[in-house]
Amino acid sequence: MHVVVIGAGEVGTSIAASLASDHEVVVVDVDPDRAEQLKYELDVLTIAGDGTSSEIQSAAEVDRADMVIACTDDDQTNLVACGTAKTLGDGFTIARVKSTDFLRTWQGNEGAFGVDFMVCTDLLTAENIVRVIGLPAAVDVDPFAGGLVQMAEFEIAAGSPVAEQTVSEADRFESLTFVGLFRDGEMTIPRGDTDIAVGDRAVVIGSPESVQSFATDVAPETTPDRADEIVVVGGSEIGYQTARLLEERDFKPRLIERDADRARWLAENLPNTVVMEHDATDTEFLSREHVDEADIVVTALRSDEKNLLISVLAKRLGVDRVIAVVDSPDYVTVFEEIGIDIAINPRTVTAEEITRFTYESVAENIAVLENDQAEVLELELTEGCGLVGRPISEVVAESEVRFVIGAITRDHRLVTPRGDTVLQAGDHVILLVESESVGEIASMA
Amino acid sequence: MNTKIRVGWRASVGLTGDVLAALSVPLSFPLLIALYYGESPLPFVAAIAVSLALGAAFRSIQDPSVNLGPREAFLAVALIWFLVAAVGAIPFVVAGVGTVAHPVNAMFEAMSGLTTTGATVLRDFSLHAKSVMMWRQVIQWLGGLGILILATAVLSEIGVGGAQLMESESQTQDVNKLTPKISQTAQLIWGIYFGLTGLAIAVYFLLGLAVDPQMDLYNAVAHAFTSVATAGFSPEPLSVGAFHPLIQWAVVPFMVIGSTSFVLIYFAINGEPMRLLRNEEFHFYLGAMGTLASVVALGLFLDPSTTFGAEGTVRHAVFNVASIVTTTGYASTDYVQWAPAAKHMLFMGMFVGGMVGSTTCSIKSLRWLVALKSFRRNLYTAIHPESVRPVRISGKPIDEGAIRDIYAYLLLSIVIFFLLAIVIVVDAERGNATVTEFEALGAAATTFLNIGPAFGDAGPYGTFATFPLSTRAVMIVLMWIGRIEIIPVLVLFTKAFWTS
Repeated sequence: MHVVVIGAGEVGTSIAASLASDHEVVVVDVDPDRAEQLKYELDVLTIAGDGTSSEIQSAAEVDRADMVIACTDDDQTNLVACGTAKTLGDGFTIARVKSTDFLRTWQGNEGAFGVDFMVCTDLLTAENIVRVIGLPAAVDVDPFAGGLVQMAEFEIAAGSPVAEQTVSEADRFESLTFVGLFRDGEMTIPRGDTDIAVGDRAVVIGSPESVQSFATDVAPETTPDRADEIVVVGGSEIGYQTARLLEERDFKPRLIERDADRARWLAENLPNTVVMEHDATDTEFLSREHVDEADIVVTALRSDEKNLLISVLAKRLGVDRVIAVVDSPDYVTVFEEIGIDIAINPRTVTAEEITRFTYESVAENIAVLENDQAEVLELELTEGCGLVGRPISEVVAESEVRFVIGAITRDHRLVTPRGDTVLQAGDHVILLVESESVGEIASMA
Repeated sequence: MNTKIRVGWRASVGLTGDVLAALSVPLSFPLLIALYYGESPLPFVAAIAVSLALGAAFRSIQDPSVNLGPREAFLAVALIWFLVAAVGAIPFVVAGVGTVAHPVNAMFEAMSGLTTTGATVLRDFSLHAKSVMMWRQVIQWLGGLGILILATAVLSEIGVGGAQLMESESQTQDVNKLTPKISQTAQLIWGIYFGLTGLAIAVYFLLGLAVDPQMDLYNAVAHAFTSVATAGFSPEPLSVGAFHPLIQWAVVPFMVIGSTSFVLIYFAINGEPMRLLRNEEFHFYLGAMGTLASVVALGLFLDPSTTFGAEGTVRHAVFNVASIVTTTGYASTDYVQWAPAAKHMLFMGMFVGGMVGSTTCSIKSLRWLVALKSFRRNLYTAIHPESVRPVRISGKPIDEGAIRDIYAYLLLSIVIFFLLAIVIVVDAERGNATVTEFEALGAAATTFLNIGPAFGDAGPYGTFATFPLSTRAVMIVLMWIGRIEIIPVLVLFTKAFWTS
């Protein structure tokens, strides 16, 4: 596949890196130094220049591109780049935007701006945060098959009922499959006799209910209900979207915003959120408003440093769970090492979302796990492909690739995969596979 | 140094001239009635002559080079409302019959009519010609329509009170943007108003044919004019109480429709009834009316001196509460005879008013609703000082500036109301009339809030003629101020208005 990536920032680089091995990737960036640097870091062709110009796009051979990904930091640039690409060829265009207005325009009329797929960074991040809030014990959650199936990653804490058990002992949930176990950063594909140790991260795939009950089992105290107090700090677009999505799920969050005009705007647009106008670094204020008693605090300020400060403050005050938005990917590990429960990086989230579309021809949906060691794919099986018509145990035994089928949906119903389950054309198969084998698995579907 | 007048008053005067000239059209309606019944056409011929002459004179002053800006609009609004009443008083003076022959009384009657107040200085209804009585009805109908057009077309442009609120309340259904052009919006409102009036005529007339011969075509037209306009004049001395109970029931929905936002009625007619049915102001307004009516009905049931029977009690409670709350001012019975508790409930009802964007007067439900919600918000922020809570009406946030305007309006209204009450008491004392404090408060509320009848001698079956002439003169001014929502008149008395 010939892919043109416009914008070599963190998102563009990350996408290019994950595509470079299997595809012919051209990266365009205005900064010649950046382009030069990338040429040596990745096995890609780089072009220095304005990605919106047809001249530069022609040089990148957009006319024969299968996919054009515009992921600069500027919304308008990305939209214009896609528009230009559409005049030169008919590759699949993906635009990254921050503005939800652009997203709404595009959703109302798909194909608007010459964009085939639009990724709204802030909304996506907020959706991620809200999913994590819904399953508080999970480190990562992703929906598959239109929400019929969930993939979730849990860290096994000391005292967890599944700790020190084997997978088959722990597997007491209907329609739930253990698909992966990360220990010290290494992934193992679990068998029935694999032990689950404290500190392991377990990846499960199954129906949302079974994932939820697994979560309740892994961490009963932290499972949220309506009465739980959720505080969002910072009324950035991410903070706003987070509160809005929480409202949609019947939570009544509180939101702290320092700027008076923004606070007013938020209060007007969030009828079920209590908006407070104050500096969230004021500990006196935090204790007066009982933020220390909150169950979950989300920090969504525009500055990483402030988010760090408030996250640490919230932890010190005794908040159970702190979720931080971290703008710089380099800080993510720092946040997590300090003890912040979840650090979410909007760029990583965006890169993941865009990467999944590069598999669009075969994979419906994809989640990237643990620094890209493994991926969870959703494949729609076509008539005559290598997986159809055979029982799962046979397919797995013959394959040289290591993968686990976590769930199958057939006619919008969940089928729990067993060794003797025969795959059919039209099935949606959600499976975990090591990242290096994604291409091979995808080619089998 | 001379201060230079910066207001383009010539433009305001010119616009006033247009309206005065146009007044000759409605004046020809009672003229036709006079000719039909063989009465003297002179009162209306004289008034038409004056309206055309004044119109021409004013238009000759007009300076077409001056644009009508906010200040000119304020001036025009005040002038139009006052001068139309003045010209409207001419037929009463020229007819020269009864109390209204006196210029002040004539002006009182015309101002009361135009502002849809409905307070009368007539003593003996039987003295007057049918055409003159019809003119009272026509001028009220004009007043009801006029305030709607004024609110949608003019007051919203210059950002005054209710009209501005109507915008912030409706936002997506902005009154100005019902159609791109204000003139088109005005036409829509006209259409609805005409349609409702026509419907009321038909309903009253048909009911009259069926149950009550006294409700003839003349009375049907006369009452249709003043029920949709929530105005309150009636050619009958007993008001609507003169008619069959069924007709009294039929009047209630028209009073209520007249006090419902015409913008929302427009949407309801155009297939979006939920906009009306989900509107919080509508709920509040109906709720206030329902609660008051229930309490009054209960009071009447418990009062041994009233003997209306079950249906009669409910009817009189519903009718008179609706009449007072919608600021119509009809009566189905002389509520002055009721027990004090029931009367006090009616007094409270005077301050409610209908919806913004309707023909009603008084404080209006939206202002109360916003004030109450804002008060509730203040209680919350007393505990959580940092919380930001917009006041929402029907889910839409109300601008803080509009809330401040409402507080200012409420305060101003209360001050003016009490001052007026004091003037009435003192002036009555001076003029050797007996007016109790409660009656004075009632009379102040009813004139300033443009409702109509009050208590005591000024009750629904009484007359305002018993007040001293000077008191009536004050009331004329306050009906005028009250109807155009205080501000357009008060700004004329500021120095900043006249200079730059």
